[in-house]
Amino acid sequence: MAEELRLVLKNFGKINPLKVEDYLSAGGYKSLEKARSMNPLEVVEVMKKSGLRGRGGAGFNTGQKWFFAHNIQADEKFVVCNADEGEPGTYKDRIIMENDPHIVLEGMAICGHAIGATQGYIYCRGEYPGVVDTLNTAIAQAKEKGLLGDFNIEVRMGAGAYVCGEETALIESIEGNRGEPRFRPPYPPVAGLWQKPTIVNNVETFANVAQIIEKGAEWFAGIGAKSFPGTKVLTLTGDINKKIFIEVPTDTTIKEVVFGFGGGIPDGKKFKAVQIGGTSGGFIPEEFIETTIDFDSMRKIEATLGSGAVFVIDETRDIVDVVTRIAKFFEHESCGKCAPCREGTMRVHLLMDRINDGKGSQADVALLKKLSRVMASACLCGLGQAAPTPVVTTINHFGMDYHAKVQ
Amino acid sequence: MINVIIDGIKVSAPDNASILQAAELAGVKVPTLCYHPDQAIKANCRVCVCEVEGLPLLQAACSTPIRDGMVIRTNTPAVIEARRTILQLILAHHPQDCLNCIRNKNCELQALAEQYAIRENPFELMVRGLPRDTSTPSIVRDPDKCILCRRCEYACSEFQSVNALGLENRGNHAMIVPSLGKDLLESPCVMCGQCIHACPVGAIHENEEIDEFLAAVADPDKIVVTQMAPAVRVAIGEEVGMATGDMDMNVLVTALRQIGFDYVLHTNFTADLTILEEGNELLKRVKEGGKLPMFTSCSPGWINFCETYYPDLLDNLSTCKSPQQMFGALVKTYWAEKMGVDPSKIYSVSIMPCTAKKFEAARPEMNSSGYRDVDLVLTTRELGRLFRMTGLDFSRIAPGKFDSWMGAYTGAAVIFGATGGVMEAALRTVYEVVTGNELKDVNFTFARGMEGIKEAEIDLNGLKVRVAIAHGLANARKVMDQVRAGESPYHFIEIMACPGGCIGGGGQPITKSNAKRAERIEGIYKEDEGLLLRKSHENPEVIQIYEEFLHEPLGHKSHELLHTHYHDKNKKFL
Ligand SMILES: Cc1cc2nc3c(=O)[nH]c(=O)nc-3n(C[C@H](O)[C@H](O)[C@H](O)COP(=O)(O)O)c2cc1C
Ligand code: SF4
Ligand code: SF4
Ligand code: SF4
Ligand code: FES
Repeated sequence: MAEELRLVLKNFGKINPLKVEDYLSAGGYKSLEKARSMNPLEVVEVMKKSGLRGRGGAGFNTGQKWFFAHNIQADEKFVVCNADEGEPGTYKDRIIMENDPHIVLEGMAICGHAIGATQGYIYCRGEYPGVVDTLNTAIAQAKEKGLLGDFNIEVRMGAGAYVCGEETALIESIEGNRGEPRFRPPYPPVAGLWQKPTIVNNVETFANVAQIIEKGAEWFAGIGAKSFPGTKVLTLTGDINKKIFIEVPTDTTIKEVVFGFGGGIPDGKKFKAVQIGGTSGGFIPEEFIETTIDFDSMRKIEATLGSGAVFVIDETRDIVDVVTRIAKFFEHESCGKCAPCREGTMRVHLLMDRINDGKGSQADVALLKKLSRVMASACLCGLGQAAPTPVVTTINHFGMDYHAKVQ
Repeated sequence: MINVIIDGIKVSAPDNASILQAAELAGVKVPTLCYHPDQAIKANCRVCVCEVEGLPLLQAACSTPIRDGMVIRTNTPAVIEARRTILQLILAHHPQDCLNCIRNKNCELQALAEQYAIRENPFELMVRGLPRDTSTPSIVRDPDKCILCRRCEYACSEFQSVNALGLENRGNHAMIVPSLGKDLLESPCVMCGQCIHACPVGAIHENEEIDEFLAAVADPDKIVVTQMAPAVRVAIGEEVGMATGDMDMNVLVTALRQIGFDYVLHTNFTADLTILEEGNELLKRVKEGGKLPMFTSCSPGWINFCETYYPDLLDNLSTCKSPQQMFGALVKTYWAEKMGVDPSKIYSVSIMPCTAKKFEAARPEMNSSGYRDVDLVLTTRELGRLFRMTGLDFSRIAPGKFDSWMGAYTGAAVIFGATGGVMEAALRTVYEVVTGNELKDVNFTFARGMEGIKEAEIDLNGLKVRVAIAHGLANARKVMDQVRAGESPYHFIEIMACPGGCIGGGGQPITKSNAKRAERIEGIYKEDEGLLLRKSHENPEVIQIYEEFLHEPLGHKSHELLHTHYHDKNKKFL
């Protein structure tokens, strides 16, 4: 059976997160020192070559992103850590920050050196006040020891809106505005916080940085799937025996995750589907569970890796009902800025409700498909674009369940 | 320049152009709703989406910059499907009320529904059922019709710096609401109506009072008298299918008689009168050490703004009433006397480019004739509707003449309609009063045009007067902050609430761009140039009213009828 590979979580349970000395004796902040002895472009090149791709959902090459910001002349640049973690069923960023806050700070400071920024922000989910305290303690200790040099980090609390995890809404929120996404381009690495070049990376992305600098790009590129190397922290929820978090190489299959690490379905029931990557992830039927979890393999089966939430449902669940509830979530979380999402999420929920109540028709299912197509291609931000994914994937893979409910 | 291909058409466009701008150069029409040519890009309606080769998602044409070699398609099945579906989504949340709507045939949403052949909507109609806001005498909001393009919010905050409108709630509960109050009256709204021009649909409009007019005309006991502001003529043609500026003033006089006015007089008369009163007030303040700089006071949206945001500077406002209110006070006194009619029978209607004028006419202090001075204010748009209702054919109407005593005017009054016009008119008179010499060239061109703040120093035989002109309240705010800080170098400042001045007023034909405002301004100066008399103090009827009735500028009678005072609105929004 496949085994866990704890890289991001290497210090988990081994150090006291509130004592910087522990992190230092585990080799911490050496990578920052090393990075600072390199020229910034070299750091960017190492990151590019390592093949590290964002762990927040979009899977963009981290070094490439840094390169854009590095390349622009500006009087000020910013490094922002996305710790909004609003995805239901996801808590991997909390695990990282709670147990090893310095690994995130170190990654951010390396990024600061690489792009030429001296100010960082951590935008932390409002429901994580304990994490905010841990982070502030860690920042204070690192500062006191002069570990961060001229790099400053401030923690900002989110206000509980799911959309504020979207990087441009997050930027608006830090600026003190309504948490609404911006249109792109320009992308944040070109014009982000206060229109300055800004790198927004996920907590887990930053947590990968120090080891890459320490052990080199080739080492990292050799782990897991070729096009999406490294490990991924996953959180297992739903109808699964072990509701745990794990860190595994990215060439691990869904089957290994659910039946190996997760111990399969409780009460001898059968597997029905798994939704990976959070609320907007696609539902994956049994026929695809040999797929590896890396970004590109998942994309091929119209699914996502996303945040790494693994939500399993067994054969007794009413999948149409599950998707109806997801539709309600998106209606509630749409920010309301753009027309197709503002109106579309509401209509998707309405149509799903109708079908779920046994009052829908085949025409409603067809309309859902068309509406989903339009939202996925025309909405302003990732929320509206991805909101219909659960609907589309369940219509595609579990059409019979819909058929059974419509007149 | 950058080369792109749009629907197979090669086009080069400026480096920073959007797909939308490039498409326009290629002659390809891309639909828009939230886009406004004078505002920042919002990209929230998504009806402008197009396909770009190599990109998986559709791209909003208004917000996406072009790149060299970009291949764009604006009419693929996916694009059409997206646009039609988005329109259906918007329409399913919008009252199907076109027949009764004030924007019928002049609505961007309706036009797109027609263009995209929207028939049956697969999404069931769900109107929110929100109440209309009729709290002010000027502006009506109908939030059910709002499509959340947020152009009004932008106009109110960025052009006007009033910030009376904001967005509340999220998702499909999101709505535009008056800020800091339960309705517009409680909000800092100054009733300028610029949000009306910004709105693509009928969600914000003037408080329409056509019925009141028709009732007055039908009443045999009423003598219905009109005054018409200088900015109306250049724009009213747009309401009846003519080009901007093309309406002939004398044809207009006949048309006004045909829709039922018993007497047709002109606000231009009191505009000239304003110059004599205000010009003398300025000279008095300069000589006697009164409050300076002095601000003009003919724009009621501006008065509301000053009372709301700068109550500490009310003493700087000229005490002159606006020309509309001077007219109202005189028509039921001087004119009634001259005509030998009972002032209680006079129903005085003003035709204005302005929504704030409706509020101004309803101010309790505006009754110095002993009656309500102005009984009804109709906007240019409402006049347009009355013209269309009566089926007038303007190509066949014989020119008429204004009625006497308050119908004569000079070019100085005409230019009141454009930003800088009051300043220029004042300088034409003040120059001659101070120097005693004839002003040979009456054109003060520094005062003209769409630049936000204009300034100059004028030498009146050694008396140096520094003046400034601001239009649009965001520009006014800059000038006012300077005054408040005690750093204003000016003696006299003209402020108009609306961008472009009255020709861009909130009651004018729906104005989608500043380019249209500039066109109207041209029409104004052309009219001025064609007139024999171009200085207010040469207006024969003005000379006559001073001889027979007022006796002197700033005299006792003037004080009683033509001047007013201001109130701290006590809204405390600073
Ligand atoms: C609706 C929405 C919510 C998101 N929430 C999060 C989040 O909670 N945490 C996160 O890291 N990224 C989130 N993202 C992704 C971010 O926009 C962004 O892609 C990410 O922070 C980039 O970091 P990475 O390159 O390290 O993945 C969200 C995106 C969308 C569209
Ligand atoms: S897609 Fe949804 S969440 Fe994103 S901008 Fe549009 S309304 Fe807001
Ligand atoms: S009338 Fe003027 S002040 Fe009032 S909401 Fe509209 S734009 Fe703002
Ligand atoms: S009121 Fe009009 S301008 Fe304002 S957001 Fe609604 S539709 Fe747009
Ligand atoms: S016009 Fe481009 S999104 Fe509205």
